[in-house]
Amino acid sequence: MSATGIGARVVRKEDHRFITGKGRYVDDINRPGQSHAYFVRSPHAHATIKSVDASEALKKPGVLAVFTGADIAADKIGGLICGWMIHSKDGSPMKAGAHPALAQGKARYVGDHVAVVIAETLAQARDGAEAVVVDYEELPPLPDMTLATAKGAAAIHAEAPDNIVYNWHLGDKAATDAAFAKAKHVTKLDIVNNRLVPNAMEPRAAIGEYDDGDGVFTLYTTSQNPHVARLVLSAFIGIAPENKLRVIAPDVGGGFGSKIFIYAEETICVWAAKKVGRPVKWTADRTEEFLAVAHGRDHLTHAELALDGDNRILGMRVSTKANLGAYLSTFASSVPTYLYAPLLSGQYNIPSIYCEVDGVYTTTAPVDAYRGAGRPEATYVVERLIEVAARERRMDPTAFREMNFVRQFPHQTPVIMMYDAGNYPLALKTAMDMHDVKTFAQRRSESERRGKLRGLGYSAYIEACGIAPSAAVGSLGAGVGLWESAEVRVNPIGTVEVLTGSHAHGQGHETTFAQVVADRLGIPIENVSIVHGDTDKVQMGMGTYGSRSGAVGISAIVKALDKVVAKGKKVASHVLEASEGDIEFKDGQFQVKGTDKKAGFGDIALQAYIAHKFNGQELEPGLKEGAFYDPTNFTFPAGVHICELEIDPSTGATEIKKWTAVDDFGNVINPMIVEGQVHGGIAQGVGQALAEQAVYDKSGQLLTASYMDYCMPRADDLPSFEIGMITTPAPSNPLGLKGCGEAGAIAAPPAVINAITDALGHEDIAMPATPQAVWRACQKRPSRLAAE
Amino acid sequence: MPTLSMTVNGKPVSGEAEGRTLLVQFLRETLRLTGTHVGCDTSQCGACLVHIDGKAVKSCTTLALACAGASITTIEGLARDGKLHPMQEAFRENHGLQCGFCTPGMIMSAIDMVNRKGTDLDEQTIRHELEGNICRCTGYHNIVKSIAAGAAAMGKEGLRQAAE
Repeated sequence: MSATGIGARVVRKEDHRFITGKGRYVDDINRPGQSHAYFVRSPHAHATIKSVDASEALKKPGVLAVFTGADIAADKIGGLICGWMIHSKDGSPMKAGAHPALAQGKARYVGDHVAVVIAETLAQARDGAEAVVVDYEELPPLPDMTLATAKGAAAIHAEAPDNIVYNWHLGDKAATDAAFAKAKHVTKLDIVNNRLVPNAMEPRAAIGEYDDGDGVFTLYTTSQNPHVARLVLSAFIGIAPENKLRVIAPDVGGGFGSKIFIYAEETICVWAAKKVGRPVKWTADRTEEFLAVAHGRDHLTHAELALDGDNRILGMRVSTKANLGAYLSTFASSVPTYLYAPLLSGQYNIPSIYCEVDGVYTTTAPVDAYRGAGRPEATYVVERLIEVAARERRMDPTAFREMNFVRQFPHQTPVIMMYDAGNYPLALKTAMDMHDVKTFAQRRSESERRGKLRGLGYSAYIEACGIAPSAAVGSLGAGVGLWESAEVRVNPIGTVEVLTGSHAHGQGHETTFAQVVADRLGIPIENVSIVHGDTDKVQMGMGTYGSRSGAVGISAIVKALDKVVAKGKKVASHVLEASEGDIEFKDGQFQVKGTDKKAGFGDIALQAYIAHKFNGQELEPGLKEGAFYDPTNFTFPAGVHICELEIDPSTGATEIKKWTAVDDFGNVINPMIVEGQVHGGIAQGVGQALAEQAVYDKSGQLLTASYMDYCMPRADDLPSFEIGMITTPAPSNPLGLKGCGEAGAIAAPPAVINAITDALGHEDIAMPATPQAVWRACQKRPSRLAAE
Repeated sequence: MPTLSMTVNGKPVSGEAEGRTLLVQFLRETLRLTGTHVGCDTSQCGACLVHIDGKAVKSCTTLALACAGASITTIEGLARDGKLHPMQEAFRENHGLQCGFCTPGMIMSAIDMVNRKGTDLDEQTIRHELEGNICRCTGYHNIVKSIAAGAAAMGKEGLRQAAE
């Protein structure tokens, strides 16, 4: 391994601009003649919009225009789309209501976009928005799933009279019922997966621009996938054809899924730029972000696990209600269905699984993918069931896991997935050794002497990353293919630009992707630049989410690099006057086998462009290759996280004392960056378990719409983490990568809750286990101390 | 509109500001120093943290006009003669950042922490002192390491400067 190659802890190339204040986020960009947009948002959860009167607003200083739903309808601007078709059990397509970028006739959640004011300055746009008079007639707010699915509840969309978007299912119901019929023991749990707000630190922002001369629109946007944004804005919303619309996602300050989606705000900015003849800029303030960004999770689940007399798992039955919010966001429909139920087998041999999911409209912000997207919800169901079942059967939870682990690969689960590689017992053993589980009892006694309750919780998670091959996801309803593209441009002096359809918003692609290129071409890492985030530079791409940039994005780069080397060998055969088959490429040198005749990569690149040594009719000049890569399977990162915590029963405060994570991400390009991804994921998972909760009151107002009300994990809420890795390379891509971006957020919540319930001697506590909730649980704690 | 003069990163600057103009808006829009970010508008997240007369202040809730005559340091003012501040170096060396959005505020806060608490900072102190800075990417693990390392490096640099 070289100092900068695959496997090296290379310090990030992109950091210099971020630590010196030279990052370039959308809000840092100002365009000549720019105006500012401010949205008039519904203060009601559910209301008919009788009229919008902008006459006073238009008289305000600096106001250039006010637009409403009628204006976008008049321009035939299409609604926002949901790009994954889900069919109900009876075969009927999901009942998707229209999602106009500005409300038409009705507002469906607090924060819904009713009108936009465009003015010379942001302050003037805000002043103008205050002068817009909207006449609302309130309808019944339906901010939770129980209210929305109650008999006689008002329909949020006419298309879904009972507010049910779909009744979907997966698995063999008859076989699962039969497994339960012969079970010796059934564990049952009711589970709430709490609603979260992604909270990337950079609020969403957009600048729309229109060049009247060429008829070209440009959109700067905080996107994880600018090409998908362009595709949707072109093909479905109808802003402009793709060749007349450039989408740029420059530095993006975190996404966690929330910046995958195509939202109303950027749609309006790019459309309005032509209407007002000026660039239009919008940046969310944090409260707008809370109100209108796509939220995450929000499931109500009843789950059951059937065991035989030897405590082997026979079957699992899961029934989930998933809150989809007021409109179907871009990939909302897939999250509680195909990104959820196929993961319910966890790391275990479960012969039969049946899962049914109701997708429900409520008068709340749309809910879509948030770090892990369906997989944290599935893992929470599995790992809570496993833990509780083990306790009910008076088995050690690790022994119970051990005896039910999948050990043979490939392993076909009853819910679509075929696990291709893994070593679950090894991850568990490694984690237990690292954590020093053997001495936990001593630590617990020591805590008890201080009047504290100590608990140990496990989570053995699996996830499915890459979310490909395209044909497979297409058969499940995806509207797009989930391959990735790359183009490798070698310059005449041997420096390299790599254009990738992946998008970095914190993941460090400029470093890890460059490591792969430097390693493969044997050139200094400084000679490699990674280009992404601009549809005028990169031809096409699917972006970054689902931990897919390594397994899919890097694989496309590797494929293009292979083509570059192959072309280089052709050039070298002319330069070195040898047959192409005799040319070897190693450590940056093209060499004639068995001789000392060789030429460096840079020399061959130069020769490729000079083209003096070969006939242009038999070999094209230049050195530039592209590739599209579609994997052969999902990848299956898996691992074991152990959380050890201490509860103060007098206050309910929970302190995480020790965290051990052992993950199998397949081969790893840059362990430093991978560990960082795990740290961040764990923090978000701990946030879900202990602190975070988006709360709507009965009238549909979001009570947690700022950092004063929504509890974000702070530095002193978390410990330092012990991170270990085991490696079973993924067989489905050339470098054996699996993906690491979501693992922590998937693994952490059940580890925390299993630890808390272990400490309390309870079967259950709901997330978030805030000090108040834990204190209440302490008051009715069965005294384990007394029992022992 | 009143004209406002102050010293930013050692240079005298002036510009117009409304009564309601926030310091962060003045820095970002008028002076085009966009390294200082707005993450929450309510003084919680610390992405907007700058030093005003040597003290850490959240510029998203500070009126620009209140800073007339003050000396302000932003993330852009830390590197000297092309040499990064030890705290900047420490964040890079320890992978103390991912998306980079909270980073300027983290670094400014860390330097203030060292100024107040000294160069030998333990983990508990660092975590406690970071109460006013939110990061969503790193889980703080590497930020804590960065600050400890940066503080130690500032100590060494201080000794070296004293020796010279």
